[in-house]
Amino acid sequence: MINSGDTAWVLISTALVMLMTIPGLAFFYGGLVRRKNVLSTIMQSFFVLCLISIQWILWGYSLSFGPDIGHFIGNLSWAGLRNVGLAPNPDYAATIPHQLFMVYQMMFAVITPGLITGAFAERIKFSTYIVFTLLWATLIYDPVCHWVWGTGGWLKNLGVMDFAGGIVVHITSGVSALVCALVIGKRRGYGREPMSPHNLTLTVLGAGLLWFGWFGFNAGSALSANGVAVSAFIATNTAAAAAALTWMFIEWKLVSKPTMLGGATGAVAGLATITPASGFVSPFAAIIIGIMAAVICYIAVAVIKLKFTYDDSLDAFGVHGVGGTIGAFATGLFAQKLINPAGANGLFFGNPSQLMVQSIGIAATVIYSVSVTFVILKVLDLVMGLRVSDEEEVIGLDITQHEESAYTLLD
Amino acid sequence: MKLITAIIQPHKLEDVLQELDKNEIHLRTVSDVIGCGRQKGRTEVYRGRKETGGCLKKVRLEIAVNEDFVQPTIKAIMAAAKTGNIGDGKIFITDLVECIRIRTGEKGQEAIG
Repeated sequence: MINSGDTAWVLISTALVMLMTIPGLAFFYGGLVRRKNVLSTIMQSFFVLCLISIQWILWGYSLSFGPDIGHFIGNLSWAGLRNVGLAPNPDYAATIPHQLFMVYQMMFAVITPGLITGAFAERIKFSTYIVFTLLWATLIYDPVCHWVWGTGGWLKNLGVMDFAGGIVVHITSGVSALVCALVIGKRRGYGREPMSPHNLTLTVLGAGLLWFGWFGFNAGSALSANGVAVSAFIATNTAAAAAALTWMFIEWKLVSKPTMLGGATGAVAGLATITPASGFVSPFAAIIIGIMAAVICYIAVAVIKLKFTYDDSLDAFGVHGVGGTIGAFATGLFAQKLINPAGANGLFFGNPSQLMVQSIGIAATVIYSVSVTFVILKVLDLVMGLRVSDEEEVIGLDITQHEESAYTLLD
Repeated sequence: MKLITAIIQPHKLEDVLQELDKNEIHLRTVSDVIGCGRQKGRTEVYRGRKETGGCLKKVRLEIAVNEDFVQPTIKAIMAAAKTGNIGDGKIFITDLVECIRIRTGEKGQEAIG
């Protein structure tokens, strides 16, 4: 039975999640790179939307949500949206058209590879990026999405809770980003030359749009205009605020001054971290999760990254990989059936086994994403090369890869 | 004729312009520049990573004057731009070979003022 309120809310949420990639993520990342690379960075977000929109309809949705093969992946009987009509599919969402569920999920599939671009910013070949994105979406996103959310998926059967994609979106992309940073290598001059963000106003604009879009991401994941959606909405906002404040105070006390970039980074870390827990936890738990997100992600980007000297250029791993992992774990601590009867209780509400289930989900996703990303990168390095030439990198990707520049010297 | 080039702290620009106006020195060119002297750049912190840039923002003033105005111009800039801290900047004075007003074709001392 189609419910018009639910349908309206999920339609709007779909558009909100789209907005997170373009222009949210595009500007968040675009402002963080040097001015010679801003267009190439924005383009990566722009074209991931275009690429995955097509991939999802042709085969991605079927692999992710189609009829199960061995608890590992969907089959191709829904490829090209065969058998995906306007009547609801009660396995996924009983009150909205099946095609609406499909397009809502499409926007998640779009932003996930987009997040990875922060790891290889300012040095990847555009042609390789396109092939990488299609392979990554097909070989990593689609299977893991099936494990956690697809009917018959083995992690879903195990009882793993991931409300809006802490595992499916943030862990897959975040740990893959770390592999990308390690395999592709550092930017020329990293650690020796200043590589300051060229326009933090763009970054804050992007962070604001991400925050706004995240209401569709998390509250929309209720797939219904109901109490769980409201609860997820509040948890999302609360965690983002708590994490931004915590990050600001850490910088103020430990480094020197409170910064805008620190606030924006903290907010995004809080949003990524609350994602898997958003529909299962109380506002008070969201505050604690936000604080945990800021403290641990700060250690990841400001201490661990510098100590091990890998160049995760825009902190895709430090924010999304680490945040998603904390969030998926925290779901096993703070979840309560009082908030969402469809979920389960976590450790603090008398169910320690949920923590074990969450840990299995995290470990399986990390191991699978890391291994397959590594193989994809090694193959692409042999076949088409991962990096632009040294000279092109120094001149900048906007001019050398796309023959255009974002800003002129005179009007 | 001399060309006076002064590199000053950006936040002293308004004071310097007012002081020049008081001394009836109205013609000048101002540009944003970056560079470094004994301050040796400045440290910024991005997500906990300290970056010491090689260059600082400064403002460059260029003023072409007749001999009579050389000392008043220097005095005005000194009076207004000085804070006493490292980074106040420098004044360079160079001989000016020729000056031509494009509108009229006037040359030399007539063109300059």
